[in-house]
Order: sequence, then structure tokens, then C-alpha cells
Amino acid sequence: MASQTTSLRAYALSRLVLAVPMILILLSFVFLLMRVAPGDPVAAALGGKVSQEVLERKRAAMGLDEPIYVQFADYISDVFTLDFGMTITDNRPVLEVILNNGAATLELVFFAMVIATTLGILLGLITGRLRDTPIDVTGRLFGIFVYATPVFFLGFLGQLIFGAGLNWLPASGRASPMVQYTLERTTNLLVLDAIIAGNWTALWDVVRHLIMPATTLGLLITGVLLRMVRVNLLQTLQGDYVEAARARGVSEPRVVYKHAFRNALVPVVTMIGLQFALMMSGAILTETTFNWPGLGNQLVRYLNNRDYTGVQGIITFFAVVVVLISVVIDFVNAWIDPRVRY
Amino acid sequence: MAAPDDSRVPRRPGLLGRQFRRVSGPIKESRGLPRVVLWIGTAITGMWVLVAIFAPWIAPYGYAQYQTAAGERFPKHLPPNMDHLLGTTVQSTDVFSRIIWGARTEVEVVILAVLFSLAIGLPVGLISGFKGGWLDRVLVLIMDALFAFPYLLLAIVIAFLLSDVLASGVLTAAIAISVVYVPQYFRVVRNHTISVREEPFVEAARAMGARPRWIVTKYVFANVVQSVPVVATLNAADSILTLAGLGFLGYGIQPTQGAEWGYDLQRAIADAGAGIWWTGLFPGIAIVSLVTGLTLLGEGLNDVLNPLLRPRRTEPVKFPDKQDDGAETGRTQPEQRGKS
Amino acid sequence: MTTANRNASGNGDGEPILSVRDLRVWYGTAKGAAQAVDRVSLDIAPGEAVGLVGESGCGKSTLGRALMGLTPQSAAHDGKIIYRGQDVLAMTRRQRHALRGPEIGLIFQEPMTRLNPLMRIDDHFDETVRAHEPGLSRAEIKRRSLETLGHVGIPPTRFHQYPHEFSGGMRQRIMIALALVLKPKLLIADEPTTSLDVLVEAQILRLLKDLQTEFGTALLMITHNLGIVAEACDRMAVMYAGRVAEDGEVGSVFANPGHPYTRELLRSTISLSTKQLSHIPGSPPNLVTPPDGCRFHPRCPDAMQVCAQKVPVATHPRPGQRVYCWRHGPDDRIPDGGEQPLQQEFDHVDEA
Repeated sequence: MASQTTSLRAYALSRLVLAVPMILILLSFVFLLMRVAPGDPVAAALGGKVSQEVLERKRAAMGLDEPIYVQFADYISDVFTLDFGMTITDNRPVLEVILNNGAATLELVFFAMVIATTLGILLGLITGRLRDTPIDVTGRLFGIFVYATPVFFLGFLGQLIFGAGLNWLPASGRASPMVQYTLERTTNLLVLDAIIAGNWTALWDVVRHLIMPATTLGLLITGVLLRMVRVNLLQTLQGDYVEAARARGVSEPRVVYKHAFRNALVPVVTMIGLQFALMMSGAILTETTFNWPGLGNQLVRYLNNRDYTGVQGIITFFAVVVVLISVVIDFVNAWIDPRVRY
Repeated sequence: MAAPDDSRVPRRPGLLGRQFRRVSGPIKESRGLPRVVLWIGTAITGMWVLVAIFAPWIAPYGYAQYQTAAGERFPKHLPPNMDHLLGTTVQSTDVFSRIIWGARTEVEVVILAVLFSLAIGLPVGLISGFKGGWLDRVLVLIMDALFAFPYLLLAIVIAFLLSDVLASGVLTAAIAISVVYVPQYFRVVRNHTISVREEPFVEAARAMGARPRWIVTKYVFANVVQSVPVVATLNAADSILTLAGLGFLGYGIQPTQGAEWGYDLQRAIADAGAGIWWTGLFPGIAIVSLVTGLTLLGEGLNDVLNPLLRPRRTEPVKFPDKQDDGAETGRTQPEQRGKS
Repeated sequence: MTTANRNASGNGDGEPILSVRDLRVWYGTAKGAAQAVDRVSLDIAPGEAVGLVGESGCGKSTLGRALMGLTPQSAAHDGKIIYRGQDVLAMTRRQRHALRGPEIGLIFQEPMTRLNPLMRIDDHFDETVRAHEPGLSRAEIKRRSLETLGHVGIPPTRFHQYPHEFSGGMRQRIMIALALVLKPKLLIADEPTTSLDVLVEAQILRLLKDLQTEFGTALLMITHNLGIVAEACDRMAVMYAGRVAEDGEVGSVFANPGHPYTRELLRSTISLSTKQLSHIPGSPPNLVTPPDGCRFHPRCPDAMQVCAQKVPVATHPRPGQRVYCWRHGPDDRIPDGGEQPLQQEFDHVDEA
């Protein structure tokens, strides 16, 4: 099917081109935010701690004495060359922070997403299929409760019950200090590293640390997915092609699975993409609750220390990732649903 | 918010009056589950609003009070008892009092935030949707970009930037939260405006030579406003969570300015390891109940006002000449759409 | 009206393939039961084409769905639908699945949304054939599907395409092929051309007629268009507000409409000889609270006192024609004074 692959490629290309203005808008927005900030970033971070001379040198090194449009151009070109500068307070390359802490966030978000999609889709399909039965009502109430419970409250309850109370799971961090120092890092994704090293005790330790944060964050998205999948299923179950399939004598299980479920799940990819912003917000809170050394945790630390370069770097990274994710989602969608491409 | 040339528009029951009737009519007629949901939501939300209003009379102590009037310091981490119904915190403050005062903070911030985001989102959405063209495209792009951004990140950064400028924590939090929700109002209002713009009655008005401004205020605005109650209620629920998130991270309301449930939970995380449950459990329950109340209220309103997915209530059919044949019709009934 | 006229069957001989007796299908609504189909009796002979005519909302689509046991959850049933000696309403789930497709096929009004957008055309055929003949080989299914698609004019090159790559007319052809691939003995066509443009309509109708003669399939054509009935059907039944008003051979009914509703319906049809547009005053009744007696009486220009009181019984003014109207008697069932004309309200209402 040569024609299809070309059209898919053309679609992907056009979608990528559209992403550029989106990224530029977000970057300008980030730049604007950081520049309208009152005071001088260098003084805000280091004021009173170092001499005036050091401050001036630092300021010139960051290009803060240049006119604003030059600063903007520098910023944009820096982003595209992945040069996010050095943090002011702890003097690390921002890129290194992003790679190190980003891995922790990625690991957390990935497992949370696995929990959320599995649980959300499963419960959504069950409640939708059993519409208006007590199971349906319970499922919907669960969805509302999960949504209404802040991740840090859920985390608090988890720590209280499974940490302090039952002593089943560790309440904070990515791994025990032993594992933290001895495990050889190749990907910085500890689950993967432990598997690569073949270190099963370390793997068990890492997974135990992961369970509570990932579940807490996952449940946040589960509620949203549940209700969306349910509504989709209610619509597809009344779909014209579902009735037509019944009229051809297609068996009821096949009608439900092949026609209703599959069509109900098509928009889920887009939904998951839309939940990414929610997921990132939840990750910041989850990381703070469980002292998870991820990007969100680090961002809060830089904010508290008024480290503008660190804050700007991490926010810029989030902005770019948000746009890239939306492109990927659209692409996957076009691949799943043949109608999108036309 | 209301259009400036309101006075020139002769109207019978008044715009607000008609809106109220448009909302209250279906509520009175609603039945079954949507009605129950609506009333539970109203009851929970109403209770918290009352608590917020009468906080000074309900709360036994001040939100930052850590000692008696005589200067005797409260014990810290005291479990719930007769003097301190829900116990005390690590700072020796009274958990019950902080929850009551916290209600006041939440209600104040949410009302301000909803008003701010409406004041911006509604007119901008109306103009964007009605004018169309490049203005619309640019606004949509900007709002979509904002919308795609992790909302808490946005709120934190805004609160962080404003914290040095504004003295009032309530105002800071409200502005930070409105920035998050403006794109949502914009989206709803713009899309609704576009669909209303294409309605026959608007086209008819245009064909008869009505001025655009007149059309917007008289027809489009009146129609678009209908979608506001549901969106505003659901966003209010969400902004409680955002406010609590801000407080949890130490932004927005400062401890000296008022009680905030999210902040209390942040302090309580350290207590969890020691098995101290009352400092976190009660503020958490407060957040969950207020958010649930507002969500149920919004969902109920949505079910009642936009009954698209509401299952039609049906009575079992009986043939009048066959009194005892309920069981038989049940048996002969073929399997159904939806469920078996 | 317990015995319908078997001799009315047009070109069919012997046993009818489907006979409906006293069928009622009532929907539950918030305001009460809607009597969408009320005491309908109807026969279809093998190979015969029957037109089912009526205004929208008169229950003809519900009747069509009920014949294969496909009605919504809130519906209750009574009466009998005998398909080749078996009561459809008493069938088990398994029997009913075997009925749908190989015995009775259904094609729909709006072809655009009737195909699963995520499945290619070949998947649809594969699924349909496999549901009824699980042992069949892939090659055999393909051969049979392509043959059927060929009959409806879809080239084999398009077998692997998705539904959205076809126009409305082509999708309707695919729907017809999907029904025909199982060689049903009865095909129910529910307004198959209403959503299509006129040229495509003619093509589809010709197609249906050709297929019917070729395969000997009986056809129940549900439509509001009398032209289609005249063109494609042997016999017709006219439905009004959930009940059959009249049925008989098409030529006979067109020439001598026995029921005032049929007469008014024919009169309001536009043809070349039309000089003045005619319409039936008033609107079809609410099926939750239908009028007593004959349901047409509030709109009937010939209504008598009896029409508002008693449900009409079947009469046979001509061989092969059945009419439910008190104007045709039987006189011994009409109470004294029942033949007095009825004061009608619509005379005043209609002007408003």
C-alpha cells in the first residue's frame, strides 16, 4: 500500500511543521515570564552571598547586560542547540539536571501511565457495558473520588497505612541508600538498570519504592480515563454499525468486542495525550510527596532558591516535551484510525 | 462582563432573570439520579460556603493561634481530644480551627479565580469566535499552547513571580489559578459562539441588517452564557485542587496570611512516618469533600441542563388486556442494544 | 382479523415465508407506552416483493426490526412472527443469530454510518460469513464475497479498502452485498434510498429488483415513497399510526384504494398529471395516546360516528385486497346511527 505510507508520511510532516510555531509560542511565553520577573535573577539567587564583582561577572556571562531582543534570540538558539546554560545556585549544566532527574520522572510517569491505562480502560469498559447497574454507579463514584483526592493526600494516606502502619513499602526515595550507591547506572532508569545488571535484589528494592508513587499518580489519571472510555462505549454501543452487525447475525460477544470496544478505544490515544499536562502536574506533586528525585522535585527546589536559569531550563524542557508528545499522539492516531489521514 | 450597551436593550425579564429561569426550570423538572446528584452536590458545597462565612464564630481558635489567651502554649501533636477536637499540629495550632478558617480561604480564592477567568475568557472567546479570521487563529494557537502546558507548573511560576509583587496571598493565588482556567473558558465560549453564529436565527438577524454588536449581545451572548454554569462549577472544583497543590508546594497563601488545606498537608507528610494521622487526614477529607461536592454539583447541572447522554426513563410496558404477562414479555424479549 | 388472506399472496405459491399475526411492539417512554406496532398481521410469500408504506413515525421501521428480533430494550412484544414455521419471538438467542443473515437480511436507510470505520470491506465480509459458516476457508469466503460484490457493481480492486473511501451509493451497494452474501430468503430494505440522490436511487432500486428475480429472494421494501412501491413491488401494505390500514396487490390498491388514508396518500403524490398539490390535514397522532376507534378518524374526510368508537375489522372489498375501514362494513358490526358523519375538528384547525 504505497499510497497509504506516503500519505501517512505527508501527514506526519505537515504535523511536524505545525509544531514549530507552537514551540515558539511556548518558548516566547516562558521567556516573557522569566523576564517580567521582578529584580535581577543573579542578585535574587546569590544576593548577599557573593561580592558585587562576582555578581557583575556572572551577569555578563549570562548575557543579561545585552538588549532584550538579543537575549531572546540567544535563548531561542540555545534551546535549539540544547544548551540550557548553567544553574546559578549549584552551578550544574541544566542539560545534565534534565537528563538525570528527567530519567527519574520518566520512570515514574511511565509506570503511572501503565497503571492508569490498564485500570482506566478496564473499568471504563466494564462500567459502560453494565450501564446503570450498581457496578456502573460504584465505578463512576470511584472515578469522582479518585479525581477529587489530591495526589499528596493519597500519598499521605499511603505512607500512613503501607509505610508507617504496616511497614510494607518505603515512604520516600527511588531506592535504598545501598542500591542507590552500588547499582551501576547505564540508563538512569533504575528498573532497567537493575535488569541489565541482573541484580534482582536491587530490582525488588526499586520496584518496592516505585509502587506507591506510581499508583498514586496513576490513580489520578485513571478517573479521567474511566469516565471518557465509559462515555465513548455508551456511544459506540448505540452506533449504527453495531446495529448493522447484529442484523447480520454477528455474535453478541464479537459485536461488543470487535465493533463497540475497538471503536470506543480509538479516541483513548488522544485522551492519554491530553492527560499529559495533568500527568506532569501530578508528577510535580507526587515527587514532592515521596521525595522522588525527579524534575518536578528539582524545579520546586530551584524555585525556592530563586535559581532562574534552573527554573527556565526545566520549564523550557517541559514546553518542548508537551509539543513533541502532541505530535507523536497525532501520528499514532493517524496510524490507528484510517480516517484521520484524509 | 455584561455588555456595555445593556441599558439600550429593552428586555422583559432581564438577562439574568432569563438565565436563572433557563437553569431553574429544568432543575425543578429533573428526576432520578441527576436530581439526587445535584442535591448532594448542593448540600456539600452549601455547607462549606456556610462554614466559610461563619468561620469566626465556628472556629474555637485563630488559624495561627498556638497558645491560649493566657499565653499558655498548646501541646504539639496532641491527638484529638475535648479541647482540640481534631488535635494539634507540629506548630501547636488547632487542626479543627485551621480547617474552618481554611474553608474561608478556599472559597475566597475560588470565587475570585472564577470571576477573573470569566472576565477574560468570556469576552476574548466571544470576540475570537464571532470575528474569526487571523485573530481567531492566533488566539486559538496561544490558548492551545497555554492549555497544553502542565497547569500546575503554570500556576506555580505565576504565583512565584507574583509573590514578590502582591502582598495579598489570596489575590496571588486567585490570579495564578485564573491563568490556568482562561484557556478553558476561552475554548468553550469560542466553540459555542461559532456554533451559535451559524444558527438560522443569527443569520436571519444579520440578513435583516442587525449590527454585529447587537447580534453579539442580544443573541450570541445570551446563548453562550448557558454553558457557563456547568463549566464554572467544574472549574471551581478543579481550582480547589490547584490551590491545594500550590499550598502544598509552598506557594500562594503564606502561613501568616491564612489557613490553607494544601499547606497543612505538606506539614503533615512528615507526620505520616511517625504514624500521626490527624494532622493530614482531616485537611485531606476537607479537600476531597469540597471538590466532590462541587463536582457533583457540576455533573448534576450538566445532566439536567444538557441531557444528551441521560438514559431515558422508561416504565416497563404492559399490555392492558394481559394483566399477568409481565414475566412472559420478559421471556420473549429479544436481546437488546447495550446490554443483555 | 385473526386470519389474514393467504390468497392475497401475489406470485408466491403455497405457504408464506413469513407471517405476522396480531403483532404488538410497544415502547416504554417516560409518558407511557408508545404503541409503535399495534395488532399488525401480514404475510410475505417466497420470492415476493412487498412494499410497506406510511408516514415517518408510523411504526414501519419498528415492524421491520421486530421481524428479526431487533428492537430496543424498552420494547415489549406480543403476538406471533412465524418465519418458516418458527416463532421469531420465542426463539433462543442462538436461533435468532442463525436467523439474522442467512434467513432474513436487513439493509438500512443511512449507509454512511453502517460500516465499521476501522474495518476494511473484506473484514466485514469475513466476519459476516464466518458468523454463520465457521468452517469455510479464507479463499472460499473471498471468492463468494467478490462474486456478490460483483453483482452489485463493486470491483474486486476495492475489496481491501476502508469504508470512508466509498461514496454513499457505493456503501449502500456494499451493505446490500453484505446482506446478499448469506443468500437470505427474505430481505428487509428499510428506506434504502432515502438518503441517496435520485440517480443513485434508481440504480439501487434496479439492483434490488434484479437481485430479487435472480436469487428468488422475498423483499420487504419499507418506504414512504409510493413511486418506489409502484416500481419495485408486487404487493403493498399501508401503515398508519402503528396499524395496517390496507394491503393488497399494488395494481389493485393503486386503482381502487379502499381506505381513505390510502386514497389521500395517493392523491398527495406528485406525478406528471398533478395539477394541484394535495395534502392530508392534521398530523399523525401521538402513539402514546392514539385516538380511539380507527386511528385515522380525526383526519379522515369520510369519518363516521362508528369510526371514533370501534376499531375497524378486516374487509375484503375485492379479491386480494384487505381494508380496515368501516366504510366497507361489515354493516352488522356497526351500531345504530354509527353511519352518521362525524363532526371534524380539523376543518377549523387546519386553517390556522
